[in-house]
Amino acid sequence: MNSSVIVFPGSNCDRDIADALEKLQFKNKMVWHKENELPKSDLIVIPGGFSYGDYLRSGAIAAKSKILEQVIKAGKDGCLILGICNGFQILIETGLLQGALLRNKNLKFLSKDIFIKIIKNNNSFCNKYKDNQVINLNIAHNEGNYFTNPDHLKYLEDRELIAFKYCNKAGEITDNSNPNGSLNNIAGIFNENKNILGMMPHPERMVSKLISNEDGVNLFSSLLK
Amino acid sequence: MKISDEIVEEHGLKKDEYSKIKVLLAREPNLLELGIFSAMWNEHCSYKSSKIHLKKLPTKNKSVIQGPGENAGVIDIGDDDAIIFKIESHNHPSFIEPYQGASTGVGGILRDVFTMGARPIALLNSIHFGSPNHKKTKNLLHGVVSGIGGYGNCIGVPTVAGETKFNNTYNENILVNAMAVGLAKKNKIFYSKAKGLNKSIVYVGSKTGRDGIHGASMASAEFDENSQEKRPTVQVGDPFTEKLLMEACLELMKDKSIISIQDMGAAGLTSSSVEMAFKGELGMDINLDDVPCREENMSPYEMMLSESQERMLIILNDGKEKEAKKIFDKWDLDFVVIGKTIDSKKLILRHKNQIVADIPIDALSSKAPVYERKWIKTKLPEKKTDIKSLKKVKIEDALIQILSSPNHSSKRWISEQFDQMVMGDTIQKSGSDSAIIKIHGKNKAIAVSVDSSANYCKAHPLTGGKQIVCESWRNLVAVGAKPIAITNCLNFGNPENPKIMGQFAETIEGIKEACEFLDYPVVSGNVSFYNGTNKKNIHPTPVIGGVGLISNIKNSIKYSFQKEGSVVLLIGKTFGHLYQSALFHEVYSVTEGPPPETNLINEKNNGNAVLKLNEEDLILSSHDVSSGGSIVALAEMSIESKYGVKINKPKKLSNLFEYFYGEDQGRYILEIEKKNLNKIQEILKLSNVFSEIIGITQKEWFELSGEFKIEINELYNLNNKWYYNY
Repeated sequence: MNSSVIVFPGSNCDRDIADALEKLQFKNKMVWHKENELPKSDLIVIPGGFSYGDYLRSGAIAAKSKILEQVIKAGKDGCLILGICNGFQILIETGLLQGALLRNKNLKFLSKDIFIKIIKNNNSFCNKYKDNQVINLNIAHNEGNYFTNPDHLKYLEDRELIAFKYCNKAGEITDNSNPNGSLNNIAGIFNENKNILGMMPHPERMVSKLISNEDGVNLFSSLLK
Repeated sequence: MKISDEIVEEHGLKKDEYSKIKVLLAREPNLLELGIFSAMWNEHCSYKSSKIHLKKLPTKNKSVIQGPGENAGVIDIGDDDAIIFKIESHNHPSFIEPYQGASTGVGGILRDVFTMGARPIALLNSIHFGSPNHKKTKNLLHGVVSGIGGYGNCIGVPTVAGETKFNNTYNENILVNAMAVGLAKKNKIFYSKAKGLNKSIVYVGSKTGRDGIHGASMASAEFDENSQEKRPTVQVGDPFTEKLLMEACLELMKDKSIISIQDMGAAGLTSSSVEMAFKGELGMDINLDDVPCREENMSPYEMMLSESQERMLIILNDGKEKEAKKIFDKWDLDFVVIGKTIDSKKLILRHKNQIVADIPIDALSSKAPVYERKWIKTKLPEKKTDIKSLKKVKIEDALIQILSSPNHSSKRWISEQFDQMVMGDTIQKSGSDSAIIKIHGKNKAIAVSVDSSANYCKAHPLTGGKQIVCESWRNLVAVGAKPIAITNCLNFGNPENPKIMGQFAETIEGIKEACEFLDYPVVSGNVSFYNGTNKKNIHPTPVIGGVGLISNIKNSIKYSFQKEGSVVLLIGKTFGHLYQSALFHEVYSVTEGPPPETNLINEKNNGNAVLKLNEEDLILSSHDVSSGGSIVALAEMSIESKYGVKINKPKKLSNLFEYFYGEDQGRYILEIEKKNLNKIQEILKLSNVFSEIIGITQKEWFELSGEFKIEINELYNLNNKWYYNY
């Protein structure tokens, strides 16, 4: 499996995701944002961080960068794309995913371990998890409060395009377990063909028992062919 | 322009200092030169009041590669790895403009570390605010915390530990101290000493703006009612640019282009160029027309005194300009040759084809004033209050009051605003004695902590100085690390006041004694004087940042109780010292009396015994006993755990408050397997360490036999609610 991690000025989870991918035996390449061509990739990851300082609006400038033209093209051709945190924000800004990521409801940066529920495992990213499985990941963001209009929300739900929802340890989707105010506790969504996933929590931070836990491992192993 | 008395005073220079400038130059300075002198001779840059005392501190042991005098201290942690670290204050700017002040404090300390070739791997902070009831406190707390987070989160360095305290003494002068820790290769460390003549001096990073002009001078004076007018002297941070600057510098450092490198911190271009030239015993000829500026028509005065952030000065090897420029172009940063090194040992500045300043380097550095200020000793306060004479409170009510007080509440509300996990090496986060950071890709880790105890230092600076070094040492030992060295940030009031100067001199004496005895030297640091407003000085607040090594990750010790039915040991003798304790301060508002004594022999002996037990894998969890005494330590070990503890009453008849709330030093709580008890007691006996069984862990309940019982969930809630409700 060949993977590419796109690096923008201000990306800061690029090393972490590369380490996680390599641990799972992906052949990974780092791709600088000024490059015109993407290496041959089965998976493209847009990592977390503060691309271009997140000035203007999170992800807005990165979405207009040169390499993103290639990423958008690859995504439309069915390549697997994973956007984590700032990567999710960038995918929204490109239009590959719809909706908006607003500021957290408490208007503060929030870094903590949270629980999310895998809604369905019938997709490339979650097939090693079970339906409704609860996993423990870490979030660290200022703008992760997912919002969209009622029609689009219905569309996401009808087509099973909601990947993860924030929940409590027991798997109940409650207001208290929603860290940032996301609509219906949404923590990650797919595009229509489910080859593109955007998520706020960081699976790459949960690949080692020593540091945290291994709940993120199956997301990467699901992708391995 | 003729230099009048008013102009001299506006520059924070005393009359006799100005006379000295005229003697050193053998003429009157022009305004630019006067500005440069004021920037270099102020307390913040020159250490003129502290120098003679700081010299007494031990700065070496077998692990120290570089002690004070460089951008940061460097220690050897084996396998060609070096740790580079420093703590620095940003108190005055943070009081005037909390978000930017705190944020640029973090930015500045990060630059000190990556300037030397290290990739920063951890950030810590020590922040002190006035009373929560004071009208400014809430706003300052919110601003400072988001400022610290705003910088660290964006640049992608985890903020892993810190301390937050509240006391009236900081009502009009908060403290914001930031510490950065970086990892480098031992043979790839970069220093600021210039070498070689006719070498290119390169300016890299952000453009120079009109922000932060005279920031260092502002930080070298007390505040008064007009302190808000000093807002323009606060710099504005841009963590995004710093991230680029860091990556570009680390990329350039991979080959041999750099002779020396220095960040532009306090007093900006002035101090960076002077320091590099002074250390290299040469001069600098700089053309200010080439300095990248944010605005048109900036004067030489503004360029030299601006404290715009995210800038560096580099001296390059011959012929390396092209390659180096390519790297900075890649990162979209300015890269301009602004001058050459010269042999005349002068700072020569040119602007529009004229020489606008011509100052001997030594006049700005080695010949700057040094003061041996008058100081008086602080007497050891008497013990007046007897616990038996104070009104009776229930022992559990005192515990609840302490655990839910602003000073002892969980700092979760703060740490949740900091990314603690980015870089993927954080083994233990905030809330424990020390944070533990894995050395990337290796099987070892470092432990880092920050500590202060201003109440102890106020009561008796000598004892307080000693105690705080010991507490730092103990916090590292408690997580299983071998302590190596410290960095210190010395926050004091006005040094021209003999009482304050005495607090400083005696604190240093205390720090020195403890550092020498524990072989725990000072490798970097910072002094911040003039913390006070309208002659009201803050309590002496030395902050110690400690670094220790865990050679094998499996030897790191957890902080919360791990299982049911374990034996809980109290290491070290309990005498029941309550003066300056959390009980007296929080519950009784009694602030008199001496701090607890620090017995260095016991401290070292007890700590080494804990490390020995750990080497033999005999410790399940551990915590040092500090503010609040053993009962608060036991509660803290229960709060984050599924397990509580059933505590025994002391066998000998003694006052329960003295026994459980006393803050005697050199003590630890250890959780151990019951089956290992005999073996452990034997080892402790052989090491001459006093220990006693204080309890047994149990499910769900925190209990003092025959007195009270609280569910640990409830303790958690009590400990966690204050910040969220504030």
